[in-house]
Amino acid sequence: VTVFKMRAPGMSLNRIPIFVWAQVVTAFMVMFAMPAIMVASTCLILDRLVGTHFYNPAEGGDPLLWQHLFWFFGHPEVYIIFIPATGIVGTIIATFSRRHIFGYLALVVSLVATGFMGFGLWVHHMFAAGLPQLGQSFFTAASMMIIVPTALQIFGWIATLWTARRLQITVPFLYAASFFFVFIMGGLTGAMLASVPLDRQVHDTYFVVAHFHYVLIGGSTFPLLGGLVYWFPKITGRMMGERLGRWSFWLLFIGFNVTFFPMHLLGLAGMPRRVYTYPASMGWGSLNFLATVGAAIIFVSLLLFLINVITSLRAGAAAGSNPWGASTLEWATVSPPPPYNFLPQPTVASREPLWHGELTPPPIIGLGSEKREVLVTAVLDAEPDHRYKSPGPSLWPLLTAVATTVMFIWSIFQAMGLIWGAIPTFICLIGWFWPTKGKERLDSGAPDGLTLGEGLS
Amino acid sequence: VNATNAPPIALDVGMLPNHAFGFRSVMWWATICMIAIESMAFALAITSYLYLKGRVPHWPAGVPTPGLFWGTLNVVILVASAWPNLLARKAAERYDIAGVRLWMAIALAFALAFNIVRFLEFQQLNVRWDTNAYGSVTWFLLGLHTTHVLTDFMDSTVLAAVMFCGRVDENRFVDVSENAMYWNFVVLSWLPIYAVIYLAPRIV
Repeated sequence: VTVFKMRAPGMSLNRIPIFVWAQVVTAFMVMFAMPAIMVASTCLILDRLVGTHFYNPAEGGDPLLWQHLFWFFGHPEVYIIFIPATGIVGTIIATFSRRHIFGYLALVVSLVATGFMGFGLWVHHMFAAGLPQLGQSFFTAASMMIIVPTALQIFGWIATLWTARRLQITVPFLYAASFFFVFIMGGLTGAMLASVPLDRQVHDTYFVVAHFHYVLIGGSTFPLLGGLVYWFPKITGRMMGERLGRWSFWLLFIGFNVTFFPMHLLGLAGMPRRVYTYPASMGWGSLNFLATVGAAIIFVSLLLFLINVITSLRAGAAAGSNPWGASTLEWATVSPPPPYNFLPQPTVASREPLWHGELTPPPIIGLGSEKREVLVTAVLDAEPDHRYKSPGPSLWPLLTAVATTVMFIWSIFQAMGLIWGAIPTFICLIGWFWPTKGKERLDSGAPDGLTLGEGLS
Repeated sequence: VNATNAPPIALDVGMLPNHAFGFRSVMWWATICMIAIESMAFALAITSYLYLKGRVPHWPAGVPTPGLFWGTLNVVILVASAWPNLLARKAAERYDIAGVRLWMAIALAFALAFNIVRFLEFQQLNVRWDTNAYGSVTWFLLGLHTTHVLTDFMDSTVLAAVMFCGRVDENRFVDVSENAMYWNFVVLSWLPIYAVIYLAPRIV
């Protein structure tokens, strides 16, 4: 809703930053995937607490129903983890290539297509559960098909790098670039696993463990750490140490590959997942030892990262508003941004407003300065539509969150916890909703109706 | 602001309205998102019902089909409630506080009647939730919809109370309008769930 309705005027849909698009697609996927885990776990807890038989085959239930519902959530969840990371990679690559992202429209359409296709793959987690042949073939084809939009994004980034004006190899860039190597390795084993015969062969082996660590650490952890280094100056006002940053990046990159690459070989050699030991005669010892050494290197790298965060928080170089020379709007305000973000609110006239600084668009005036007033804009072209008063500070949301938490934790153990726990939750919600005289105003004593706009005009 | 051809120095939004109805408002979008989430939950619950039904030769196995009377009566009550609900929405969009109070009260009476009949509906399902998987999923579907009518009844009551005795500004009229839209979702979602609970067991 924020992305659709509360943009800077002038930021039409085709000017939304690529990272924000990634978050929109993620939000939609959350909306349609989470109900599956909601239904699945509600049925599970009912089976456990009040004697229903959803998953009990003796009374007409079916454990496979759990698997379907769980993976209908579980597979989209992989993309919920992965898609924001692609937005981070695209942002970092464009910034340090000093040019707009190549094929913006194709990249956005790829993100949306990935969002849709992510819902058509869940059965590939269940190839060993004895499903009909036709279903397996369909889900193999669907799993192969999702390679297309993902590859399109990767080619878009390669084209951006290829035509870069001046490539800057910074720490965030290293994390984004490592995505190419690590994630594509995981994608290649993914294409192998999508095929049923190979999947059956290596099902529940370390090959699968290697695959999903390459996909998720490459497709999410590396970009997320890169994103943290990239936005750290905006969040805190200080830069992270570059030298220590390079050390922790390279240690992570090496440690990760030393840990997880041998698992491909272990899986192909038949080592099953989820075992804590195995007979020495299997001959898996040396590769497992290598993986353990890699894990120790990962530990050191993340420790260095943490030390870097702490020392930079205390003594990092002052960042200024736009240390990377980036193009998007968050870099237009000071670091760290004040609670109201901008004063006055900006408008934009291009996709890279900060790279077109000579055409500074007009700022916004006329929003209330004595109440928390925000501008609501139209969905397509973000024309100003109306003003909207945000609620003032209140304790009720916190109390509601606490009451809801108590209700759900209680309901894990006792069915009546849901009933009794709902009462304080409902009371808190009423307290939150009930209009309070004067509360919606901020602490200034200014009379109603005096706005910044009037002051200026 | 831009009276001449010179570049504008500022964009003054002070004269824009301080609220909007329908798809212009953030509340509409938030409610639509809520409806999307809930629709997905209903769709998955119905899918689970049909999945379990497809796995056995006889459905329901060894228990009678649910009685039709109270469920069908509730279809009539709920569809009829769409009318006062629509009038409450229209009154809100004309800022007609008397009309909002009247039609919200009538819509609430329908919702109350529906909840009472819903209690009788559960008695007439002719199966317990712990009898077998059929009983479980039937109670689950009816329970899921009941959660929606019950919570919507309660939050509509609170909103009506605000409209009767709270501080009413323009955004409260927007709330009434969006609340009415959500009630339409509760009405519409009942039709497929009714069909699944009461008609699916009768299809051999």
